[in-house]
Amino acid sequence: MGKLDLSVNIGGLELKNPVMTASGTFGYGEEFADFYDINDLGGILVKGTTLNHREGNPYPRMAETPSGMLNAVGLQNKGVDYFVKHINPGLLGLRTAVLVNVNGSTIEEYVKTAQIVNELDNIPAIELNISCPNVKEGGMAFGVSPKQAEAVVKAVREVYKKTLIVKLSPNVTDIAEIARVAEASGADGVSLINTLLGMAIDAEKQRPILSTITGGLSGPAVKPIALRMVWQVAQAVKIPVIGMGGIMTATDAIEFLLAGATAIQVGTANFVEPTAAIDILHGIEEYMSRHGIESVQDIIGALKY
Amino acid sequence: MKKKIIDLAVTANISLNDNYVLIKATSPTALPKCEPGQFAQLRVDGSSTTFLRRPISINWIDTSRNEVWFLIQKVGDGTNQLSTYKIGDKLNVVLPLGNTFSLPLCSTKRPLLVGGGVGVAPMLCLGKKLKEHGFDPIFLLGARSKRDLLQLEDFEALGTVYTTTEDDSHGEKGYVTNHSLLNQLEFCQIYSCGPKPMMEAVASYARRTKTACEVSLENTMACGFGACLCCVEKTTKGHICACTDGPVFNINDLLWEN
Repeated sequence: MGKLDLSVNIGGLELKNPVMTASGTFGYGEEFADFYDINDLGGILVKGTTLNHREGNPYPRMAETPSGMLNAVGLQNKGVDYFVKHINPGLLGLRTAVLVNVNGSTIEEYVKTAQIVNELDNIPAIELNISCPNVKEGGMAFGVSPKQAEAVVKAVREVYKKTLIVKLSPNVTDIAEIARVAEASGADGVSLINTLLGMAIDAEKQRPILSTITGGLSGPAVKPIALRMVWQVAQAVKIPVIGMGGIMTATDAIEFLLAGATAIQVGTANFVEPTAAIDILHGIEEYMSRHGIESVQDIIGALKY
Repeated sequence: MKKKIIDLAVTANISLNDNYVLIKATSPTALPKCEPGQFAQLRVDGSSTTFLRRPISINWIDTSRNEVWFLIQKVGDGTNQLSTYKIGDKLNVVLPLGNTFSLPLCSTKRPLLVGGGVGVAPMLCLGKKLKEHGFDPIFLLGARSKRDLLQLEDFEALGTVYTTTEDDSHGEKGYVTNHSLLNQLEFCQIYSCGPKPMMEAVASYARRTKTACEVSLENTMACGFGACLCCVEKTTKGHICACTDGPVFNINDLLWEN
């Protein structure tokens, strides 16, 4: 059997393998440099970036739940100008695809941020986050309304010339409808799912655990929902789908590929096992060898009924 | 120091009382240097309800024997599960994480180390380091009752120990910040770890007496190494991670009142 081919293409973005890390779970990559060579990954999504500095939500921002966790970080970041001047120079030497997750409260903010990132030669794609459940304005509001989603994706498409991926919210009745709107509005790919809106209560104190009362649920608890949504969306659109939601192991990742995802993102698993993403990549290779599969393309959407 | 993921082997699990165990474990490979105040993320194997690792202070480290101690308070499912680990069990840890306490700038006066509850854990290895650097550490340890005072013999081997208990079963009655010692001596630097109300009272005393003071915070966290931004503390510099820029903070950087 020849060399394994793990390369995939997301709307023009070439990845050497389908394993990426999810925005907000991987910092700017350097947090993981002690544990393994992140250049071996297909790509990394750096922290959610907004036009201006954001302090994020007050502490407490996290509640552990069975097989998962709720977070309410609220897009804490120093703004896109700080990213360009102080963080991106440190990313120039990376030999993995570095994508910026772009956020905003208004269409204008999304557009301005995307314009600035468009000028960065080392960033081949953005992930337009219209699905963050932890900000008061914007974020998920754009991802739960087909009309709003259309407006923001079209506006960003006009100014952003490279690969545009739209990150979808699971907090909708019909995620396939929003995916179709993103496709029709010019997206090169969609990624899903962002976190599910949830809540945790401390019964003894009779108070909510999170400062924001509600937060975003992630981890293995959401995997069956994520898998179902990826499967639905993959059938609804022609553009590539990036699947995520509770992926902890290579087997989880393979399931998403079979359901129709062209690539996957590892998120919350990074917190529990710092080497989760690279372990998953090696596990996919092992799976392919064991099944005599030479190209990862032969797994994508290969679910048998 | 480079962070490592290591499978430790449990060499002892000592029940200190109903609520606390001391787990000793050794590493098959050289343990990285761990400083007082730093912590490890312990993976909880065998609990169906626990998803995240548990951040636990380095209580003691002996690099010559590759041995590290973790003082564990049984709070929820995760720490209860860790408390059942037996000799020979594999304990997967990520360490060292976080920052460390600074050494006192003066050399003549004594440093005061104030610990309450499980917060005494980092005070033990800090006391060892201070002693190695020629200081005479004074420990002030508080608990509800005599049986909740932990590792007293280990502390006594490193310096002078004063205690308070809420039920008057050991040392002076009341809280650490009511101890008569605080009106009798001056300290070059104060270090504290324990329940937040206790640390706030210690910080207040430090401000009143114009003494340098560092506290170790126990904010809930997911990753422990700066990726999730969940454990933030609001400081004079904005929200910063307790896991990477802390857990040790100078009280002047915190927005605690008084």
